[in-house]
Amino acid sequence: MTILVLAEHDNATLAVATAKAVAAARAMGGDIHVLVAGAGCGAVGEAAAKLDGVGKVLVADNDAYEHHLAETVSELIVHLAGGYSHIVAAATTTGKNTMPRVAALLDVMQVSDITAVVGPKTFERPVYAGAAIQTVEASAETVVVTVRASAFDAVGDGGSAPVEAVDFVAGAPKVRFVSRDAAVSAGPELANARIVVSGGRALGSEDKFNEMIKPLAEKLGAAIGASRAAVDAGYAPNDWQVGQTGKVVAPDLYIAVGISGAIQHLAGMKNSKVIVAIDKDPDAPIFAVADYGLVGDLFALVPELTEAL
Amino acid sequence: MKILVPVKRVLDANIAVRVKSDGTGVDLANQKMSMNPFDEIAVEEAIKLKEAGIASEIVAVSIGPAQAQDTLRSALAMGADSAVLVKTDAVVEPLAVAKILKAVVAQQSPDLVIMGKQAIDDDSNQTAQMLSALLGWPQATFASKVVIADGKATVTREVDGGLETLELDLPAVVSTDLRLNTPRYASLPNVMKAKKKPLEEIDAASLGVSLDATLKVVSTVKPADRKPGSMVGSVAELVEKLKTEARVI
Ligand SMILES: Cc1cc2nc3c(=O)[nH]c(=O)nc-3n(C[C@H](O)[C@H](O)[C@H](O)COP(=O)(O)OP(=O)(O)OC[C@H]3O[C@@H](n4cnc5c(N)ncnc54)[C@H](O)[C@@H]3O)c2cc1C
Ligand SMILES: Cc1cc2nc3c(=O)[nH]c(=O)nc-3n(C[C@H](O)[C@H](O)[C@H](O)COP(=O)(O)OP(=O)(O)OC[C@H]3O[C@@H](n4cnc5c(N)ncnc54)[C@H](O)[C@@H]3O)c2cc1C
Repeated sequence: MTILVLAEHDNATLAVATAKAVAAARAMGGDIHVLVAGAGCGAVGEAAAKLDGVGKVLVADNDAYEHHLAETVSELIVHLAGGYSHIVAAATTTGKNTMPRVAALLDVMQVSDITAVVGPKTFERPVYAGAAIQTVEASAETVVVTVRASAFDAVGDGGSAPVEAVDFVAGAPKVRFVSRDAAVSAGPELANARIVVSGGRALGSEDKFNEMIKPLAEKLGAAIGASRAAVDAGYAPNDWQVGQTGKVVAPDLYIAVGISGAIQHLAGMKNSKVIVAIDKDPDAPIFAVADYGLVGDLFALVPELTEAL
Repeated sequence: MKILVPVKRVLDANIAVRVKSDGTGVDLANQKMSMNPFDEIAVEEAIKLKEAGIASEIVAVSIGPAQAQDTLRSALAMGADSAVLVKTDAVVEPLAVAKILKAVVAQQSPDLVIMGKQAIDDDSNQTAQMLSALLGWPQATFASKVVIADGKATVTREVDGGLETLELDLPAVVSTDLRLNTPRYASLPNVMKAKKKPLEEIDAASLGVSLDATLKVVSTVKPADRKPGSMVGSVAELVEKLKTEARVI
């Protein structure tokens, strides 16, 4: 049994999500190979070779993979798929974009967004915004899986696997990369931060969002998140949305400010270790999942909290 | 230009999910079912393209039981021109859905398929990508902006780290994200008119796609509840508890 894990990276740095996907692969058992597909991505290959449990790193370094287009990367994976029992990727937007294509081209189902490995081909995955947990068993010869990174602890980096070049070049796709518009955030990355401070509709404007949430996050060294309502209203960039259809996070501490706690939001944060909720409505559903609830006006409480830290 | 919009009938997003105590699934009996919210966004986008004079025809398609007709009527009431129900009472996995949609594409010859990025019941987020791969058409998932011109679609996508823009040759598959548009409500006259719009029914079995499940659902259970928390009376008490009790700061 050999498992192929698709590395998540930006051609320069290996994302932590990869070390978490490798952790899930380790739980499935067997040898682990990591595939780095990109352009000018040699340093990423070297970083992947250090991940504990990895037996070999394959690097496909070619312009065809520079922007991680789903079309070219899935063609590459299908080309390599023959010898593998499992093909695994973190359920990042890149993983979600690419892996269902791999599954369809191999004529197998994908098991999406797993949160636990029960057996080599048996996994837990949340459905209905986390209101239910399904245990699913795959029977296909090649099992295609995406992994919810927040549910697994990253493997260490004490390894030294051999790195091998892959020279397969995917055909020219009928899609071209135009541009990328990166959301700027000064603090740690939302998906992996130890502390997250999130703001909701109650903030009322982008200015107020920044005035209230940013200083608190800075004081705590926290990443900033937001509810869908806050993103829709333009208080925060799309990349900050936490929830069923946004990012799923499980930090040590999650502070929800002026967020009511709709099930779609809870889906993205209810596995945080400690949850703090600040809301003026004592009946807000967020308090049902909060370890510590504070009822009152956020515009008074948040500056007071920032000051007290 | 012709647009195909797949729409799925799901448990309404505002309904609390009840997991059956015997582990066999979610109780959907007598519950309010609605069009998957991402599919409403897909229908809206197709209508906008028609209103802009870019699209000429919108066909909605659903795969599911007879009741999925209601979902198709909603799409017709919003502004789709006609609808196709691929009828089955079976549980259809995303790969089979994608294969059925490929067969419908062969019958309808659309220039563009716009669909939801994820159905809010199964949360699979895979059908659009699978369809694109099976058709050999380019894909743009998680769209927040779609511009069609000169036989090409320029699509801005919501990705980790911000936004990405791709240019696709048509025909293509696009999946919708939340910020693409705000779906309209169907007016009462349009709901009435929708009853007269054509709705064709096809038996899923006639399309030659195997509907046999390849994933076995062993059990469906309610997740463990979090242990109950407590309310604090002041910021000072909160900071104290976070430091000494929870020890997270
Ligand atoms: C298909 C679909 C997908 C979705 N995906 C997501 C998702 O991924 N993530 C997500 O977050 N949501 C998602 N939603 C939306 C979700 O259902 C809620 O609408 C959303 O989370 C509400 O955001 P909110 O809590 O900020 O706003 P509200 O529900 O309006 O809550 C605002 C809260 O602020 C409190 N408040 C107001 N003023 C003050 C004040 N001065 N001081 C203190 N408190 C105050 C109020 O009491 C209230 O509790 C989705 C919905 C659908 C249909
Ligand atoms: C009556 C019925 C009962 C079911 N009960 C269960 C159950 O209890 N447990 C279970 O695990 N599965 C069940 N399923 C199957 C489950 O709904 C499929 O796995 C699903 O069709 C595909 O997964 P998804 O919707 O999460 O796909 P996603 O990839 O998340 O969907 C993305 C998009 O694909 C399109 N799409 C998906 N499905 C359809 C469709 N049927 N018709 C038209 N467009 C579609 C939509 O545009 C949607 O937004 C049932 C299906 C039916 C018909």
